[in-house]
Parts: sequence; structure tokens; C-alpha cells
Amino acid sequence: MFYREAGDFKTSYSEDNQTFPIKFDRWRYYFVLLVAFAVVPFLINDYWVNAVFLPFLIYSIAAIGLNILVGYCGQVSLGTGGFMAVGAYACYKLMTSFPEVNIFFHVLMSGGITALVCVAFGLPSLRIKGFYLAVATLAAQFFLVWLFNKVAWFYNYSASGQINSPERTVFGVPVTGAQTEPWAAYMFCLVFLVICAVIARNLTRGMQGRKWMAIRDMDIAAEIIGVNPLKAKLSAFGVSGFFVGISGALFFAVYLGAVEVGEVFGISKSFIVLFMVIIGGLGSIFGSFAGAAFLVLLPVLLKNVLVGTLGWPTDTAAHLEFMIVGALIVTFLIAEPHGLAQLWRVAKEKLRLWPFPH
Amino acid sequence: MKTKLLTAFAAAFMSAAPALAELTIVDTSYRTGPYAANGIPFSDGYKDYFTLLNERDGGIGGEMINLVECETGYNTEKGVECYEATKGDGVLVYQPLSTGISYQLIPKATADGIPLHTMGYGRTSAKNGAVFNWVFNYPANYWDGASLAVTHILEQNGGDINGKSITLIYHNSAYGKEPIRTLEELSKKHGFNLTLLPVDHPGQEQKSQWLQIRREKPDYVLMWGWGVMNPVAIQEAVNIRFPMENFIGIWWSGSENDVKSAGEGANGYKALAFHNLGSDYPVYGDIQTHVADAGKSAGAGDQMGTVLYNRGMYAAMLAAEAIKTAQEMHGTAKINAAQMRDGMENLVITEAKMEAIGLPNFGPEFSVSCENHGGNGFGAVSQWDATAGEFKLITEYYQSDQDVIQPLVDEDSASFAAENGIESGC
Repeated sequence: MFYREAGDFKTSYSEDNQTFPIKFDRWRYYFVLLVAFAVVPFLINDYWVNAVFLPFLIYSIAAIGLNILVGYCGQVSLGTGGFMAVGAYACYKLMTSFPEVNIFFHVLMSGGITALVCVAFGLPSLRIKGFYLAVATLAAQFFLVWLFNKVAWFYNYSASGQINSPERTVFGVPVTGAQTEPWAAYMFCLVFLVICAVIARNLTRGMQGRKWMAIRDMDIAAEIIGVNPLKAKLSAFGVSGFFVGISGALFFAVYLGAVEVGEVFGISKSFIVLFMVIIGGLGSIFGSFAGAAFLVLLPVLLKNVLVGTLGWPTDTAAHLEFMIVGALIVTFLIAEPHGLAQLWRVAKEKLRLWPFPH
Repeated sequence: MKTKLLTAFAAAFMSAAPALAELTIVDTSYRTGPYAANGIPFSDGYKDYFTLLNERDGGIGGEMINLVECETGYNTEKGVECYEATKGDGVLVYQPLSTGISYQLIPKATADGIPLHTMGYGRTSAKNGAVFNWVFNYPANYWDGASLAVTHILEQNGGDINGKSITLIYHNSAYGKEPIRTLEELSKKHGFNLTLLPVDHPGQEQKSQWLQIRREKPDYVLMWGWGVMNPVAIQEAVNIRFPMENFIGIWWSGSENDVKSAGEGANGYKALAFHNLGSDYPVYGDIQTHVADAGKSAGAGDQMGTVLYNRGMYAAMLAAEAIKTAQEMHGTAKINAAQMRDGMENLVITEAKMEAIGLPNFGPEFSVSCENHGGNGFGAVSQWDATAGEFKLITEYYQSDQDVIQPLVDEDSASFAAENGIESGC
């Protein structure tokens, strides 16, 4: 009834090609942005920010980055944790070496540095495919973690081998360090997420995205119709690395504040981001958000229900949490192999016909 | 459906906040994951002692203790979540039992004004209370541990270990890296050769490290391990027939769980300790009557008397004594976090006090002051007796080499103060 194309006339090509062609969708999008920017910051406290919003926002950026590589370009990567570590350590080195530069640019530059590293580790993708590439990127994961543990220059020779984010401000408001107000940290990450999501969305529906998808669907055919596999694959690695690097930098500087590479950016980080992409939906920006929300919020929710509401012992709850999340993942993938994004697409199709399905 | 879910979601978060009790203490435990074998006994001891105080004495100074448990799985992200979820409830003190989580919480707790007690772990230079106002690591820290181990080796060699070789096998994390600096200083001072062998989290894979030890045959091996790393290392040492009396672990690598799996071969393995062992104390009778027999034990209730249970109980006892001190200082039973900090800073542990609690001769005497948040660095060496199935202290409590440690503490805390713009002072 409300959700339909009928009556929404487009008079130009740009209108025809917009991200949300349906009026209702467009308004919903503006509404979500309005709530995210103008309502949520006034309602949240430390707990909501640190347990729910920051992990969700930051993992969303990482999932968008990995989705470009895995979902759009079809290059399986298990090196996300390592690449996030590159972002985090780049951000740390920049923050401590150039304290006078705004943290905003440090985070962007960390993304750039990660993009370069990611391209370097993407080079094997020109010769190897599929599972073999996954193993090659797995090597990147282990190498990078080892590197940041081994070379003391990366952690400024601190005795503990940890990196700690010093206080940095944006417009005079601290966004890193212990004095950070919850809304400031939230807004800082939200701005990055919105920028990243808009860039990713527009990249993937333009020529670059079509090239990536052509490579994903069949690389030989893509090459025959004139897609340069070298440029397409390496650009996917680069763009993906940029987003993943930003997420790593934010993860370290804003969310955790202190990082130990082996524990925070280990192989499990690579897997969790990959799961987010798979559960959310390969090749979908919305899927990245949905997957991140699923894997960040569900454990917190379960923990609060089991321990807080039902008062169960914490260890039983922790074990049950694993089992429930695992069972839900399996159920989801059997019921909907294309992830949460597909559920959303089906829901939208149904909405178009509602209330008069044929 | 969506709104229903959202409502349920919001309700779940809201109900997460427990009712406000008078004295709230959070136990950030880990009963799952690769470190659970060590996390469970500590947490059980910590909880049982507070349960005892509630059941027997009606809390501390007439105020009941509300102990909130939060599972971290030794994971820093979950630790931060636990901290944020509970800090609004008027928590008096956090005992994270993880060096990684401690590093996360030091700036946060300092900003929020909640004391952090990192007993025998965490950031060593937090000993300097002039810089780390809200962080305490009494009665001993990692650098004390490193020095105590070297002193023990010195004693065994008649005071001369020039040219001897010592290998440190450590958990490749902030925790394991802590003693390196001190050991390097000590190797300069005493002239021994130091080799470093890192083991990556979680520590199940140590074949190559022990192969290297087998090849190089160091005179002594020190270990900074935790969780599953400990039993694996001890088993590997047994496999290469390394003389166990020359294998010394830090206090976190010396519990029954770590040695039992290696069987007879582990006999003679040494570990440091900063409190006494066993269950031969009057307080255990009370725990049996008021907690265990009443069916109020934490966990499965099968950990009583183990090394880490004792350590958890010791941590709880120190927290309870600090609460008592704070109550006396401020003349109110219902103290807040800032008053708790004062209590911790003026804590004095004497033999008379420990005897009154029912723990005679349980730990060394020490006192805390604003300049010294770390106690006096006394510890002892314990040794595993495989036939009796228990660790026994084989030395008296002795002090670490403060001439080496104090300059390092001053240097590291000064650099922390400079990095974070902290005005140090008491």
C-alpha cells in the first residue's frame, strides 16, 4: 500500500538510478539517518556504546570491506584480522608520531596504508583461486600478527608489547582515551560508517562494481569482455583493505583503547568478520550491517537474558550462548543460504504486493 | 515482530542491571575457554569468601556484599563489556584476573574513579601510586616474581650464577612480556645468559620451543604461563626429561591443574607463591560449615584447598580488609568507590589481623601507601610433591631485589605519566 513504485514518477536518469527508488524506502533511510545522528546520541550511555553500538558500527565497516572482496569480487580472504591489525598499528604509529594532526586523518591514512598492504597480499590472487587463495591470505593473517609481536618499533618499544591510544580530540571533543564521552565515540564511528557505506554502495553499483562482479561470476568470461583481472582484483583488495583498515583503526583507538595483537586481531577475528559477511549475505551492503548486528547483538542479548533475567550461572550461560548462536547460524544458512539480506529482499517483494498478493 | 523483538531486546538490557546492594563487588571470572581451568578455582575462592562473610557475619560492618559475576572468557572485549555493564552499580573494586583486561581498564577505571586491584598481575609500574592513583597491585608483582626466581637460583648456586643460562618461556602477550625487562637488568647484574621463547595464545603448541630447550640445555627454565599453556609446558618438560627442580614457574603457573596431568614426572616442579598453600586454616572450617554444607558453594564446590582457590580467597580477604579499613576511616559502613580507594591505600596486613580472620601465617605482612601501591614484594618458592599431590612452600618469604626493580618502576610509570599527561603526586 505504502511500499510501491506506482505513482512515484522519475523524470531524469539520475532519479531512475538512485539507491532507493521507492519513496517509502528513501524516507525510511532518511529517518534511520536522522535517528542515528540526532536521537541516539542523546539516549545512549557508556554501556550501550561500548557493548552494543561501537562494536556494531566498527564490525559493520569491516564487514562492508570484506564483502567487497568476498561478496562482490569473489576473492576469499581469511586475513581480515591481520589487516585490521595493520590499520590499528598504522593508526597508533601515526597518532604517536604526528600528535598535531587530527585523528580523523590518521584513521583515513591508516585505511590507506592497510589498502597498500592488502594489495601486496592480494598479488597471489592473480595466480591462485578459491580455497588456495584463502590459504594464502591465511598466511597474511599469521605473518602480520607475528610481525607486530616481533618488531618492537611497531609498539614503540613498550615493555608490555601493547599499544595504547592516547587522547585525541575532534573539534575539541575527545574521541579516544579514557575521557571520551559515549556520544562522541559513537558519532565519530558513525560518521566513518556512513561515509564508508555510501562509498561502498556507489562503488559497487557503478562500473567498478560491475567489473568485480564479472570477475566473481566467471573470470575468463570477464577477461574476454574486456575486464582487466589485474586491475579488478587488486582494486578489490585495495578498497577492501581501506575499509578494513579504518575498522581496525577505530577498533583500537576508539573502542578498546589498548590492544594486544595476538589476542584482539587473531584468526578468530578473521572468521567472525567472514561469518558476518556470509550470514548477512554475500554481495550486499545491507547484508554487512545485518551480519554485524546478528553476531554482535545476539551474544550480548543472550547473555543479558540468561544471566540478567533468568539468573543462570555465568558459565552455563556462556556455554549455552555458543550453542544457541551456533544453532541459529546453521538454521539460518539452511533456511536461507543467501543470508539475512535475502530475507530482506523477499520481505520487500512481499511488501510491494501487500495487502493484495496474487 | 520487529517492534516486539526490539521491546524484548530493550527489556533484556534494562533488566541486566541488578538491584542496588550496599557493597557491590564484581567478579570478572572465566569459567569457559582455554583459561577456564585456572579461572574457575580463583573465582570459586573469591566468591566463597564473600559468601562466608555474608552468611557468618552478615556482610562487612553490617552491610551485605552483593557479588556480581560476569563471564569474560579471558577475552578483552568481553571484559570491557562486563566493566561497562556493571560500573554504574556503585562497584567498589574490580579484580579482572587478566593482564590484558587490566590494561584496558586502567585508563577507564581511573577516569571513572573506581579502584582496580590487579593482585600479582597487570601493569607492574602501577606500584607507583603517585601516577596510578586508582590501581593497586599489592602484595607482589611480575617484576618481583622475576627477581624472586633469580634470587632463588642465586641461593642454590651459592650466590654466583655468572655464565649460567636461563631460558624464559612465556605467553606471548602483555602478561608474558612483563618480566623480560627485569630479567634483562638482572642478567646484566648477575651475568647470566637470558634466552626468550614466546608461546602464542592459547599455548597448546610448544613442540618447537621445547625442542630448542632440549638442544640448548639451559641450566634453568622460567615460565610465565597461564591456562592451557601450563600443563602443556610441564608435560613437554617431562618429555624431554628436563630436571624439574630447575624449572620454575611464576605464581600463575603453579596450581594442581597444571602439574597433575604430567603425573609422576612433574615431581619437583617449582612455582613461586605470595601466599600460603593447603587447607589447614581455621577459616576453612567456617567455609565448610557456612558455605559448603549450606550448599552455597560457588561453581561445583570441588576446588577448596587448591592453590588458586586459596589465591582467590586471599584476593577476597584483601578486598574485605580494605573495606573494613575504609569503613573505619570514613566512619560509615556504606562506603563508595572513592572511600574504598582510601581503604586500599591505607591497608595494613599484619600477622595479628590474619590470625583474627582465621588465616594465621597465610601471607607476608605488608602495608600500602600512596607512593607504594604494590606492597613489599615478598614471596616464596613452592614445590610440587607428586606422591602427596600437593604444592608445599620450600622457602621462607623473602624480598625481591628492590635496587633493580624500583628504578624500573619509576622509569615506566614516568613514561606512562608523560604519555597520558598525568600530574604525578600524592
